[in-house]
Amino acid sequence: MSLNRREFIGIGGAAVAGMALAPGLRLIDLAQARSPDETVTSLKRWGLLIDIDKCQDCNVCVTACHEENGVVGHGRPATDPQWIRKVTIKDKQTGYVQTLPLMCQHCESPPCVDVCPTGASFKRADGIVLVDKHICIGCRYCMMACPYKARSFVHEDTTDQKPHAPRGKGTVESCTLCVHRVDAGKIPACVEACTQDGNQAMVFGDLKDRNSDVSKNLASGLSVQLRPDLNLNTGVRYRGI
Amino acid sequence: MVKIRQIVVGGVAVVAAGLFAVTLAQAADVSGAKSKGIGPTVKIHRGEQCVEPTEDMRRNHMKYILHQRDKTMHQGIRTAKHSFKNCVDCHADPKTNSVQGQDGFCSSCHEYASVKIDCFSCHTDKRDKNAVAVAPFKGTAAKGAPP
Amino acid sequence: MAQAHFDTIEGRGPGFYLLLAILGAFIVAGVLAALYMEHNGHWVTGMSNQIVWGTPHVFAVFLIVAASGALNVASIASVFGRQLYKPLTRLSGLLSITLLAGGLIVLVLDLGRPDRLIEAMTYYNFKSIFALNIILYVGFFAVVAVYLWMMMERRMNDYTKPVGMFAFIWRLTLTTGTGSIFGFLVARDAYDTAVLAPMFIIMSFSYGLAIFMVVLMAAMRWTGRELGDAVFGRLRNLLGVFVAAVLYFVVVHHLTNLYITQRHGIEGFILLHGGQFTQMFWIGQIILGSVIPLVILFSRLGKSRAMVMLASLLVTMGGVAQMYVTIIGGQAYPMPLVPGKEASSSFFDGVVASYAPSLPEIGLGLGGIALALAMTVVALKVLPFLPKSLSDADADPHFKAEPAKSEPAAA
Repeated sequence: MSLNRREFIGIGGAAVAGMALAPGLRLIDLAQARSPDETVTSLKRWGLLIDIDKCQDCNVCVTACHEENGVVGHGRPATDPQWIRKVTIKDKQTGYVQTLPLMCQHCESPPCVDVCPTGASFKRADGIVLVDKHICIGCRYCMMACPYKARSFVHEDTTDQKPHAPRGKGTVESCTLCVHRVDAGKIPACVEACTQDGNQAMVFGDLKDRNSDVSKNLASGLSVQLRPDLNLNTGVRYRGI
Repeated sequence: MVKIRQIVVGGVAVVAAGLFAVTLAQAADVSGAKSKGIGPTVKIHRGEQCVEPTEDMRRNHMKYILHQRDKTMHQGIRTAKHSFKNCVDCHADPKTNSVQGQDGFCSSCHEYASVKIDCFSCHTDKRDKNAVAVAPFKGTAAKGAPP
Repeated sequence: MAQAHFDTIEGRGPGFYLLLAILGAFIVAGVLAALYMEHNGHWVTGMSNQIVWGTPHVFAVFLIVAASGALNVASIASVFGRQLYKPLTRLSGLLSITLLAGGLIVLVLDLGRPDRLIEAMTYYNFKSIFALNIILYVGFFAVVAVYLWMMMERRMNDYTKPVGMFAFIWRLTLTTGTGSIFGFLVARDAYDTAVLAPMFIIMSFSYGLAIFMVVLMAAMRWTGRELGDAVFGRLRNLLGVFVAAVLYFVVVHHLTNLYITQRHGIEGFILLHGGQFTQMFWIGQIILGSVIPLVILFSRLGKSRAMVMLASLLVTMGGVAQMYVTIIGGQAYPMPLVPGKEASSSFFDGVVASYAPSLPEIGLGLGGIALALAMTVVALKVLPFLPKSLSDADADPHFKAEPAKSEPAAA
């Protein structure tokens, strides 16, 4: 199985084959995902569409994320980390109020990656922006550079981390798009929670696969990036702002 | 010229003296440890064999972990064999669920060898309770293999 | 012209050891502060996820900027051939090294993982201006060390000019890099402008010369060496020009932002209603750090050594204030998320971040300054950096026996 798929990805005519096999393959993808010994490729780009009109006064995405990744606070809001947060936006003219979940936007050209001196802040081939905490020196330049304030600095010792989500004092962290779940063929915890217990406002999938739910959804209506002026081509898109 | 020579000789002497002192200190440490019968308490709790031969692991475990670390982080390769999580899942003490602590698999040996581990400032030292460790199991818990 | 004569300072008296003891106390306090911060984590400081660079960065960036500026005096002699500055070149080179070392120590000790410095030396992302700066900073030590060698070894004196030229270009590049750390931050209204690079260069001229004058005047006085009016007057006028030039850049920067509607928010914040940052800007940076020094330097008050010393100290403190406003004020003002909409959240979106420097942060910053000064003091005792005399006869090649009535006009 894995050999066949590898060959399939490696061969130049992958696109043609993909068109022909797409429906069947996608089922396999969702069920089994990439095999663990396969390298992620740029044939995929993971992304999200968040429909603000459906997003209501609910916090399940935040709770699910922080539970999944073992992100705990110490009752000190200024220094406690937040990988995802609910932001309320109010129109200055009309007073119209909306809420949206905000996390790492997984930019195609991430400013955090540009500024990182060691390359600890990096973008995986499939578009997920991560911090390699092994080489992060805690300079916090990425936090200065991120337009979305998506990153948190771990201000104190951590214990009892989740095995799949290491996090430690003195390094910077942020939303990983639940990379451990995505690698196992699952969807991010926030999306799962929003779909099951929330308002079905989030769709996750491969932006490069035209037949994915997220691509079809994006193609069928308006959507925007946050801070479009910066032209970062974010992997997270919003509808209804 | 004379001055330069003096400086060079002086410098060499200082370095040599320093090295000598360090060597002495280490020798004293090792002999002291042996005479008191203190050593790492390596206990194997699961399986009979590690993912690689024991001799190889003693010498090269950090190389395997480092190699896997970069592959997992940057390429998304999550094979279990050399993964850090797999180390912990297999080697954690059943009582404490940890590889750290006084008799912890990692800490006891690292303390003995005076090598600082940086892993656990970010990674958990606890076993994933639901994990199925990948190792060539041939039996159940074998007791304390001395180094 | 006569060869400039240099000599080590005696460094035996109680005053010398008292000075070292005071500086040593600040260094110890700085080390303790760093240990305290690293042990507990940064939550014990005033820093947060909103203000990620705090007071240590203020001091560190100030020292780094001042370091490159301190080399300017040497460049004036070697690159631009001004003989009057020649006796000052060694001290200039020395200060540039010690100030940079002090600044970098503070920067490194404020990292989340200072123990991983080796990663910063072995993994490079060359698109990061920070990574390039690491190379520029380390290279600066080497370049200035060679430069000092050329100056201090008589057989090598012939190479002083080309090496001095190289060092001059290197230091301009370095300060451009430091300014660009902020200039390249596209997301924040307070930064994201190319003017920060030249502005940091002119700031370095000003801060560096101010510190140089403080150290020079103190060292000459405490060792009973003469500092003649020729050198003194020239340095004083030069400092005045640099302070005025910084002020010019500050005006241009703010006028530009005031023209851009999108940036009215940040300008209103810094100039009008930013609380501590507005006070720091007007009182610290503008009045104390620029206007009063300018009045002293360009008026009759400038005849007094004590007043010029005061002016130099004020320029130095004004520089710290300017760094505070730039670095911390720039972060405190919230980033825009959606144009035309106010954002709010539990993560301090849309609100001005609060910040108060904590004692350990100040201790670490002052420790860096103390370290730079202590290294300077010790170096002065070990090697001949300080001129034996800067009396008019010794320093000025055109000096005539009659007393010079009129000061040279501003350079």
